[in-house]
Amino acid sequence: MNEFLTLMKSELVLTGIIFLLLFIKIGKGIKNESLLPLIQVLLLANFIFGFFLNQPGRLFGDMFYTTPVIAFQKNILNLGVYLISLVCADWLRKTPHLPEFFLLMLSALLGMFFMISSANLLIFYLSLELATIPVAAMANFDLEKKRSSEGAMKMILSSAFSSGVLLFGISLIYGTTGTISLPLLGERLDGSALQILAFIFFFSAFAFKLSVVPFHLWTADVYEGSPIAVTSFLSVISKGAVAFIFMTMLFRVFEPLHATWHLMLVILSIATMVVGNIFALRQQNIKRFLAFSSIAQVGFILVALTGQDYRYHMNSTAVIYFVLIYIFSNLAAFGVAAVVSEKTGRENIDDFRGFYKNNPFLSWVLALALFSLAGIPPTAGFFGKLFLITTGASDANYWYIIVVALNLIVSLYYYLRLVRAVFMDKNESAAEAVPVNAPVRLGLILCGAGILLTGVLSWIFDYIHSL
Amino acid sequence: MPNLLTIALIPLLPLAGFVLSGIFGRRYIRQHAGWLGTLLLLGSFVLSLSTAYDYFFVYGKTDGVYQTLVPLQHTWLAFSDKLSIDMSLVIDPISVMMLIVVTTVSLMVHLYSLGYMKGEERYSTYYSFLGLFTFSMLGLVLSGNIFQIYIFWELVGVSSFLLIGFYYDKPSAVAASKKAFIVTRFADLGFLIGILVLSYYSGSMDFQTMIARLTSPESNEVKSAVAANFLGVSALSWGAALVFMGGAGKSAMFPLHIWLPDAMEGPTPVSALIHAATMVVAGVYLVARMFPVFALTTPAVLEMIGWVGAVSAVIAAVIACTQTDIKRVLAYSTMSQIGFMMFALGVSGYGGEAGLGYTASMFHLFTHAMFKALLFLGAGAVIHYVHSNEMKDMGGLRKYMPVTHATFLVACLAIAGIPPFAGFFSKEEILLAAYHSNPAIYYIALATSGLTAFYMFRLYFGIFWNKPYQSAATGHDSHSHGEGGWVMMLPLVLLGLAAAGAGFIPFGEFVSSDGKALASHFHIAFSVAPVTLGLAGILLAAWMYYRSGNQPDKMAMAFGGFYKAAYRKFYIDEIYLFVTKKVLFNLVGRTAAWFDRTIVDGFINLTGNTTLLVSERIKKFQSGKVQQYALFFLTAAVLLAALFIYVLK
Repeated sequence: MNEFLTLMKSELVLTGIIFLLLFIKIGKGIKNESLLPLIQVLLLANFIFGFFLNQPGRLFGDMFYTTPVIAFQKNILNLGVYLISLVCADWLRKTPHLPEFFLLMLSALLGMFFMISSANLLIFYLSLELATIPVAAMANFDLEKKRSSEGAMKMILSSAFSSGVLLFGISLIYGTTGTISLPLLGERLDGSALQILAFIFFFSAFAFKLSVVPFHLWTADVYEGSPIAVTSFLSVISKGAVAFIFMTMLFRVFEPLHATWHLMLVILSIATMVVGNIFALRQQNIKRFLAFSSIAQVGFILVALTGQDYRYHMNSTAVIYFVLIYIFSNLAAFGVAAVVSEKTGRENIDDFRGFYKNNPFLSWVLALALFSLAGIPPTAGFFGKLFLITTGASDANYWYIIVVALNLIVSLYYYLRLVRAVFMDKNESAAEAVPVNAPVRLGLILCGAGILLTGVLSWIFDYIHSL
Repeated sequence: MPNLLTIALIPLLPLAGFVLSGIFGRRYIRQHAGWLGTLLLLGSFVLSLSTAYDYFFVYGKTDGVYQTLVPLQHTWLAFSDKLSIDMSLVIDPISVMMLIVVTTVSLMVHLYSLGYMKGEERYSTYYSFLGLFTFSMLGLVLSGNIFQIYIFWELVGVSSFLLIGFYYDKPSAVAASKKAFIVTRFADLGFLIGILVLSYYSGSMDFQTMIARLTSPESNEVKSAVAANFLGVSALSWGAALVFMGGAGKSAMFPLHIWLPDAMEGPTPVSALIHAATMVVAGVYLVARMFPVFALTTPAVLEMIGWVGAVSAVIAAVIACTQTDIKRVLAYSTMSQIGFMMFALGVSGYGGEAGLGYTASMFHLFTHAMFKALLFLGAGAVIHYVHSNEMKDMGGLRKYMPVTHATFLVACLAIAGIPPFAGFFSKEEILLAAYHSNPAIYYIALATSGLTAFYMFRLYFGIFWNKPYQSAATGHDSHSHGEGGWVMMLPLVLLGLAAAGAGFIPFGEFVSSDGKALASHFHIAFSVAPVTLGLAGILLAAWMYYRSGNQPDKMAMAFGGFYKAAYRKFYIDEIYLFVTKKVLFNLVGRTAAWFDRTIVDGFINLTGNTTLLVSERIKKFQSGKVQQYALFFLTAAVLLAALFIYVLK
């Protein structure tokens, strides 16, 4: 019993919060103004608690397992959700169904926790669904907007399709190996043609969730249609969680098929970076812009997965570190976009011209975030990219690394384009001073501090590596 | 041993200036930001001097060899068991020399700007940027670790971007700062890859360890780095060449020099600081820092450095002869002189007499910093007076600006290599080094030094003699500020003294490739040719520009197309524009757009048609395309499967 409580503590705490919200909803209901701070405090407590009582172990007949690394991954996601509750506070306060929103978001998060901890294909599949379906409902949260419904519809249909392909892949895997337990599965893979087919179907579901080109088509529509809180959840938390489990699947379970997935990652990562970059170059809407640039960022994560060092945790360290930094950077960018869009209705990049004049604080946060996303030192994003690419380079595949580096330059261009618009372009009708509320300000400051400190404080990287 | 606190304070004082005027400048100390920055820098300067004295005369030497001392070593990021990124400070002859150069010039610029930037709206911002730049440059100089140098390298880039674009309401300034940033970023990418390659093979990012491991031919590191090759060139050479590429970008070497002339859009004192004495020599400093690797392990790369330097020197000198904007003349002259430093390193060997080029290069870096900063500050005073950069608006200024005139003349004599001014001694050493190891480069350099004398005196006569001065404004009342106050004259005079006397420093005693003293010896006979050429250049310039007349036009006519090509800077900017706009845009951009339109959209349309029936029904959901997404998804999965099962099996 005691073991059950400690090993599943992340999930249990989250379930507790979900039930609390449920009771609040069923009961008289609390006004958003007082409920939101309560939720923020609960999420902060949840995040802090995530650092304690982390022990490795297995449960439920080896279907569920956890390690300090997994606990840390979960806690990164906790941090992300806490930051979202801060930076998107303006929109959240106005939404008429606040408890439901967090019910859905935390349920999805719970699904991700189970997914990261799964040691069995059944648990994996169930938790993947749990992590997806609530998000589709969240995407529909701007009830009066048609685009929001459209995005939700596209998401649920595409997800259902991807799940179908995934199930097909899982059944083929079961058919060829006779097991759905992940550790056993790894031993029984022999690389037959049928297994490769099964693996590719399996792989495509991950590619879909990560928006890897050519499985990315749903991304832009859903991102643009959804409320910004949901878009940032999708582009940061979802991506992070799937990247974590993807990594474990590749390195631990499907290691015998290394030759196949290595080449596949090389091809798809180039496609992802190139397409993400080319499309990001053309976007005018800041949400679509961030969506496509997040596709390109996923391409860089894939680069790290191709490295040869995975037996020494170098890849996983680099990816976890990058996801942590990515959470800070992307949430800061989305946070600024959210404030501006909520208060002024401006969502186009042209609307940000001359933005610095009246909004120095928001401009600096945005600039920091964009510098970090572009990977310019001394922001954390530089160190994140550096480790990603160095691990990728451990393969000694220099042409590949040159292509990656060129993509990095292209991304530099479009991120700086926005920075230039904010700081340098003259605009007669520049945005008025946008009021920034205390929680949003706190969230943006936390993100900014994360961007500045995560790279410079070396013990963070060392800590992740030591796990 | 060096005192850590003293050395750490040298870069930290300007940083404090940056932080203080950055935070409080606008509101509280608006008018005092200048003095604050100047005083802090004075502190830095005094500390640098005392460090230099202690290092060269008290503790630096052991058994007649100057040691490399590391007062601070802190493991910062442990990358793997054997590779870690450290933060360290290093004290050796070249870093100490650079401390002197950077703090001296920066102090002069701080002082000068008190007058030059007076009344500027963003006065305190200017001083905070100056502080940031000085901090980054000093940090770069003191770095004992290649990664740390890279970080400061980028910081220097950022702060110079801020300074060049200081007049950000001028579109040309914004464009120039952007150009400088992009060109050097491009070069820095090469630098970063070079760092990764070299540190990967040497297993260290620390300069001393890296050099020790990469210079002994028997070591495992060198063997593996030589064995690995890419496009027929060893990984080691690639690494060294890419590191040099970073240096060439910062130091404006051909063909990465195009940003330097445009960067003259910044305030003139900034040009004196960044584009004469400090940032642009960072590339030379980098090559010198890693010199043993270049000289002992990759001589081919070193030879390439020599040629890049020589070509840059001569091209820039020719272009300088034709420019009419005085700051642009100085910019090209800087590029040419840095070319001298670069090829001096390129023709040098390691250790003993063979290392003459190394000493000469560092010597020239030192003297050049003094007289070039002086030239820029003098040009600044002239521009301040006539409110124009163009030579046609000047002439006859010697009566109105006596101090500027005298100091400018000293600087011109120094750069032209006329004894006994500073430039003569350093340039002689460079020529001597080239003469002994690469005669072809020697003759190029000899011709270039003649050209140098010509274009510098063309500038001098054009500004101070030529025609009587006629102010564009009405009467001379508009020049009531005269030459500028003592804060502007004092730096000119001090730098003038340095430009006149710095040549007598026995430089080889202090700085040499292996730390042992290198006696410099002069051969009168050897000096005859360059000095004669220099005098000839001066006389030619005097004949053409002493009075206004039509000789220059005749000369230009005689050279015809060549003159025009040089005037247009050999069309290098146009070539870049052609490559980026026409070739890249049309070939890559158009192709990508076509691919996007025809193939991607076409494919979606195709798949759309096949599922028309289904799509008709779901169109009620306003989605229309989601089934195409699904088809795309499935097609991709099946294609991947086919690829991996049948083709790559």
